[in-house]
Amino acid sequence: MNQRIGEIVGISGNMINVKFEGAISQNEVGFAISGDERLKSEVIKIQNDIASLQVYESTKGLMIGDRVEFSSNMLSIQLGPGLLTQIFDGLQNPLPEIAEKYGFFLPRGVVLDSLGDDRPWHFTPMVKPGDVVIAGTRIGHVPETQFTHYIFVPFNFLGEYTVESIVDEGDHPVNGTIATIKDDRGQTIELSMQFNWPVKIPIKNYQQKLMPTETLNTNVRIIDTFFPVAKGGTYCIPGPFGAGKTVLQQITSRHADVDIVIIAACGERAGEIVETMREFPELTDPKTGRALMERTIIIANTSSMPVAAREASVYTATTLGEYYRQMGLNVLLLADSTSRWAQAMREMSGRLEEIPGEEAFPAYLESRIAEFYERAGIVELSDGEFGSLTIGGTVSPAGGNFEEPVTQSTLKVVGAFHGLSRERSDARRYPAIHPLESWSKYESFVPAESIRIAKDFLFKGSEVHQMMMVVGEEGTSIEDFIIYLKSEFVDSVYLQQNAFDEVDAATSPERQTLVLQKIGEILDVEFQIENKEEARKFFYDLRQAFIDLNYIQMGTDEFTRQEEVINDLIKGAVEA
Amino acid sequence: MRKVYNKILSISGNVISVEAEGIAYEELAEITSWRGKSLAQVIKLEGNMVYLQVFAGSRGISTDDEIRFLGHPMQVSFSDDMLGRIFNGSGEPRDGGPPLTENVIEIAGPPVNPAKRIVPKRMIRTNIPMIDVFNSLVASQKLPIFSISGEPYNELLARIAMQAEVDMIILGGMGLKFDQYMFFRNILEEGGALGRSIFFIHTADEPVVESLMVPDLALAVAEKFALQGKEVLCLLTDMTNFADALKEIAITMEQVPSNRGYPGDLYSQLASRYEKAVDFEGSGAITTLAVTTMPGDDVTHPVPDNTGYITEGQFYLKNGRIEPFGSLSRLKQQVNDDTRSDHRAIMDGMIRLYALYKETEEKRAMGFRMSSWDQKLLKYGGRFEAGMMDLSVKISLEDALDRGWEILAECFTPEETGLRTELIREYWPVDLDAAEEESAEESADDQAEAEETAVEETTEADTETTDEVTKLDG
Repeated sequence: MNQRIGEIVGISGNMINVKFEGAISQNEVGFAISGDERLKSEVIKIQNDIASLQVYESTKGLMIGDRVEFSSNMLSIQLGPGLLTQIFDGLQNPLPEIAEKYGFFLPRGVVLDSLGDDRPWHFTPMVKPGDVVIAGTRIGHVPETQFTHYIFVPFNFLGEYTVESIVDEGDHPVNGTIATIKDDRGQTIELSMQFNWPVKIPIKNYQQKLMPTETLNTNVRIIDTFFPVAKGGTYCIPGPFGAGKTVLQQITSRHADVDIVIIAACGERAGEIVETMREFPELTDPKTGRALMERTIIIANTSSMPVAAREASVYTATTLGEYYRQMGLNVLLLADSTSRWAQAMREMSGRLEEIPGEEAFPAYLESRIAEFYERAGIVELSDGEFGSLTIGGTVSPAGGNFEEPVTQSTLKVVGAFHGLSRERSDARRYPAIHPLESWSKYESFVPAESIRIAKDFLFKGSEVHQMMMVVGEEGTSIEDFIIYLKSEFVDSVYLQQNAFDEVDAATSPERQTLVLQKIGEILDVEFQIENKEEARKFFYDLRQAFIDLNYIQMGTDEFTRQEEVINDLIKGAVEA
Repeated sequence: MRKVYNKILSISGNVISVEAEGIAYEELAEITSWRGKSLAQVIKLEGNMVYLQVFAGSRGISTDDEIRFLGHPMQVSFSDDMLGRIFNGSGEPRDGGPPLTENVIEIAGPPVNPAKRIVPKRMIRTNIPMIDVFNSLVASQKLPIFSISGEPYNELLARIAMQAEVDMIILGGMGLKFDQYMFFRNILEEGGALGRSIFFIHTADEPVVESLMVPDLALAVAEKFALQGKEVLCLLTDMTNFADALKEIAITMEQVPSNRGYPGDLYSQLASRYEKAVDFEGSGAITTLAVTTMPGDDVTHPVPDNTGYITEGQFYLKNGRIEPFGSLSRLKQQVNDDTRSDHRAIMDGMIRLYALYKETEEKRAMGFRMSSWDQKLLKYGGRFEAGMMDLSVKISLEDALDRGWEILAECFTPEETGLRTELIREYWPVDLDAAEEESAEESADDQAEAEETAVEETTEADTETTDEVTKLDG
């Protein structure tokens, strides 16, 4: 195939204009050649014979007249066994391997093999010569950590193929040929365990997409009970800086009841993802007893890494999620933060001199965000199995103001909104999800009646609180004051959760149902308390007893004893 | 010899354009005008048109002035000879000393591989209680000092520079007033710290563009020293001036502004500087403290807002003191558990009581009756502000913790502090015991006791969670 090349005619920031000959396609990858460095770039605009490319590296030192080679492929990543436990940058370069080779810094123009070239895997065939296969057919499987990793006919193969040959069960290198298939024109194609997929194209090799209904258990009480997320659903966490977005994502990445977690650190602090990178190999997954890292893929394209690769990192992460969904697994993608991704689009849009929308974000911001979240979903695969990809994205609104374009565009397309509030984080009420402003369209596993009662009191309690700010405690009736105390009680013992206590960090669905029911009973009781001091004392005692309960493993004698303590407290108050 | 050009095609703001060939992006050029020589940097290439930002500003530049391209991007010489020296925003000496030309390094180098970063764990002592005790500074941390014009933020920086336990100090001044620059120089000289300092100073009377290079120069040099095993403290003041310089160039280049005129890449620009803070495993570290003045005391202004998303916490400097409430060191939990067993308890306990004092202070201002508990809080608030918050207090962490106990013992009974009994047994100042018991008896009228119980209930419940919860700040 003849190499198509171009020549740089303009440079501005990380965008280059390239004069080319022949045909090139939108989103095609090109390499700008600077000395012996090859800088990966992507075509983002074509006008006449000039193509604009965003460069995934620093453009320092590039010159007018420098050569650009076009690859005729869209920006792609490698799919195959060996993705789990890896730490990639936004373009799927393995960061630990780069570190080993190049030391402290990320050199320019480095491309390393994502799946480790000839790493062997124990392959078991699932088809035999003569079988007819199509794109997405499982032709075999290999064990990858605790999962069965299926090997597919690449998802972009059109039409039907016949298997010519397939290797026997045994160890084979990831890039070696494992099968040959023949298309209807008699052309033979060799397949290995890995293939490339363009990140900006959704993988759709499934029968149908279904309605997300089953709750995804994150073990965070305020989420699961009040603002649940469904398997295959989407949610967003907007919040000002310091409100705990990243910590909430970290907690979810540890405790969520899913098979695979993909963490995309997109344009955020390096320090935060380093914690995850260093801790996950040490932490065990309570469900499987294996290291948490074995179910995790980390995409780290932190704030000082090239901006264009930041834009790509979100798509890279999503593609990996879709790939594992094809294996019938439940995948959770956590993107932190989608605002940085949107800003990367804004930077490019500015360089392209497009007419800006609100706050200079491009006009297509909304559709890009919608496209991204729409790649989530629970699907029925061709063999009747189900797989899901759930997407949770944080949003970092400028000035903590939710009325900005990224938050608003996101709210239109997600199924749940976990709004973090500065007020709550300042008061150390973590997780700082605002109980009155947040919402979810999904259903919780906790009975709806318990939730209704608790929500009701939270709402009324907040009204009383606002009134109390004006008239003071003296001017508040004892009935209202008790409503306020009840809402504060729900807040402190149920909404707030201590992420750093071994027991309290993760609350199982059964426990949530049980505790919330108990709380509901207490809320229903009309306490006959005469003065506010006494009421306050009673609820403080009750709160203390419940907080103690939160720290006790369910099902132990201690737990039962503590339940008794609580029952006695309530009984005492009702009888008095 | 590289070709010299002398036909400037356009001059707009501090950006000039010239037709030239074989020029690399971000390459430097030298312009000679009747005002002297100035460096300029390529910021855009379009065909044969080369756009340059002129560091000395375009004032007085004539269309036939000479432009000589240097064939390399911005560089700075790096050696031990730099110690004690003062440079300007182009990296040239401004102290009358000889220029340094050997061992040049490029500035704004590649980012650190996240896989090579380590979880920070070394505390940097500053002997300022509001930092050491309440928001410890950690090696490799990046922290802004949010402040407003008129606050003594440069005095605070100078104090930290003098007192911090680091090997060397690199000061990057952007838009500094001349007297502030002299202040820094004199105070470090008097304190004998000039010999381990390097200054990159851009003063307010110099062209804005020249300040753009200051953080990159300072950080590039810091990075090299850190790789040689030095513990480097990098002080930048004031990053808002830097952001304003970015804004000016962006507007001149007709870029679409995103928020209040700032360019859309403000976040990335700030992040690439702040993220230079790092702890090189087996070598030195860069810790960055950067003043960010908030126009109109508005933390939602684009500069402090974007900064807050990048940095690992922030210090609020208000009314000449580091505010205990808004201030936060996100990394303090990494280091304050192995300093002294009472560190975290004092940190949480004293702030909680100070918060109660603030409430009482409000009540008092509104004319409410002060109970004996309120009186105690008022006394405590005064002692706390004078003994801990005042910027002139210079004591070690251990002394500060002891002073904390003393203040508590002067104002409260042990139970009222809500601190764990074992800690009280270990640290409560013995000589104050007798006096303290007396005062407890005095105040033992019924009402006060009732109120105390109520307060204790709250604080106890809070203590349960505060220790761990503070870690959630991220």
